[in-house]
Amino acid sequence: MEKTSPIVEIRNVSKTYRRGSYLVPVLADITFDIAEGEFLAIMGPSGSGKSTLLNLIAGIDHADEGSIVVAGEDITSLSETELARWRSGNVGFIFQFYNLIPVLTAFENVDLPLHLTGLTKQERREHVETALSMVNLLERLDHYPGQLSGGEQQRVAIARAIVTDPTILVADEPTGDLDRKSAQDVLNLMDRLNTELGKTIIMVTHDPHAAERAHVMRHLEKGVFDS
Amino acid sequence: MILPKMILKNAFRRKVRTGLTILAMGIAILAFGLLRTVLSAWYAGVDASSATRLVTRNSVSLIFPLPLSYLDKIRHTSGVKQVSYGNWFGGIYISEKNFFANFAVEPKSYLELYPEFVLPEAQKADFLRDRRGFVAGKKLAERFGWHTGDIVTLKGTIYPGDWDFVLRGIYTGRTQTADETQFFFHWDYLNETLKKRYPSMADQVGFYMIGVTDPHVSADVALEVDAMFANSRAETLTETEKAFVLGFISMTEAIVMVIKIVSLVIIVIIMAVVANTMAMTTRERTGEYAVLKTLGYSGLQIGTLIAGEALVITLSGCLLGIAMTYPAARFFTTSLGAYFPVFFVEPFTVVLDLGAALLVGLVAAVIPIRQAVVIRIADGLRRIG
Repeated sequence: MEKTSPIVEIRNVSKTYRRGSYLVPVLADITFDIAEGEFLAIMGPSGSGKSTLLNLIAGIDHADEGSIVVAGEDITSLSETELARWRSGNVGFIFQFYNLIPVLTAFENVDLPLHLTGLTKQERREHVETALSMVNLLERLDHYPGQLSGGEQQRVAIARAIVTDPTILVADEPTGDLDRKSAQDVLNLMDRLNTELGKTIIMVTHDPHAAERAHVMRHLEKGVFDS
Repeated sequence: MILPKMILKNAFRRKVRTGLTILAMGIAILAFGLLRTVLSAWYAGVDASSATRLVTRNSVSLIFPLPLSYLDKIRHTSGVKQVSYGNWFGGIYISEKNFFANFAVEPKSYLELYPEFVLPEAQKADFLRDRRGFVAGKKLAERFGWHTGDIVTLKGTIYPGDWDFVLRGIYTGRTQTADETQFFFHWDYLNETLKKRYPSMADQVGFYMIGVTDPHVSADVALEVDAMFANSRAETLTETEKAFVLGFISMTEAIVMVIKIVSLVIIVIIMAVVANTMAMTTRERTGEYAVLKTLGYSGLQIGTLIAGEALVITLSGCLLGIAMTYPAARFFTTSLGAYFPVFFVEPFTVVLDLGAALLVGLVAAVIPIRQAVVIRIADGLRRIG
């Protein structure tokens, strides 16, 4: 599979947070590309800015300077409403703590992003069942998050992330709250999504074992990439 | 639709907290509904008054009488169809706590002027025939277990002595607002007794009730009647029955105002209680709202979730409150019937209850919605774990 054309183009991006009267620089003049179909791991110590970078790429935070172009769309120029619409169609999110809605079943959680599309109920059902079968949880679709193990919950979260067939998948410490076995299952699944479906995955992790599964690894230190 | 399902499930996620908030809302609606019903009861006389009836009394005060000799002059005034008259008797039945309104009236004309008091023909004939006879409203008769033929003794306060009456009829109200707690008897019985015992008090009436041919002539009739007795020994004040009743109510304006203010304060208090519940709820679910926003849900959709949850709680409480109001009102009717002859929950009170619940739900959700919508997704996601 060819992985040369950039799907994400980041140019001179900087981000500074305000903590009371202090300004804390988090990202400083970051420039890099992510090729389509790439499985990228971003590593770095706490406070290095890796989650912030992921949030900027995913369009849930705004850069102070620079531009981020995803699949030809400059997301730094979009309004909040446009960004929300863009996220729903282009980004799949995998969080450290799964972030499933506890009052909804596995099926309903995966169905959640599809309610923002124009799909019919039947089409949505087909998409959800496909996504859940990909993560081997079709038989647990009526279970609530509280009735699932951590690994199963993360697999439901992955199903929710891929159900809209997004342009990129972003994963923030996806194995951070899992035991070794469950973490392996989740990483295997992400690997399959990348190799078999060609999904572009951007993963932030502390875990060197998780990072090893990525094809490209980059270290972030104090807001800049190691050369 | 996923949002209505989430609203319902979220509303009952914390069962104890939601249950207590619904109970508080229910009690607030009960209190609000009862206070509104008290206000309605206060004004029941106004609602029951007729546009074709006028009341003429002494212009100085209601406690000063008018001569009976005015009757013929009033009767011959243009626009007057019927005239009746009477006196407030102020009798006590056994003990003062058994208070009820009792009047001496000219019975035939009085019954003609008050068609809303429905009396069976046979009982009416018995009543008109018997000078010691009296008629009682259905609620009053039920209150004391009276039956036709019973002898009832009232202790006079304005007119001293024990007065015996025979129950000849029990009337019912033609409408729900008709007062079914009145006691009225023959004015002649009072007057003839007074002639013997207190001659100076005889041939005096407390008020005239005037039936006019058309509501539009009321003002002219009132002016003409008062002009007729201007500069006399007992000048008159004639006003519509509605104005007459409102005059009584205006004496208790402060109480009415306090009831209105208290009913509003109740709504403000419950608004604060529900707002507090919703603020706690929103704080707990900040992460979930951030996830929804991450997935592409708009601020409007998040706001709908929160407002919907607040409305489910307040409307549930409202329904509970309304369900409690009816038995409570029945209890009030039994225990306070002497003070509020007409005490029932009006449909408009239920509409006000529902309106209050909607208002409380929406206002209570405003600040939580703002908090949930304004927070940055990245900050919201940090609240998880």
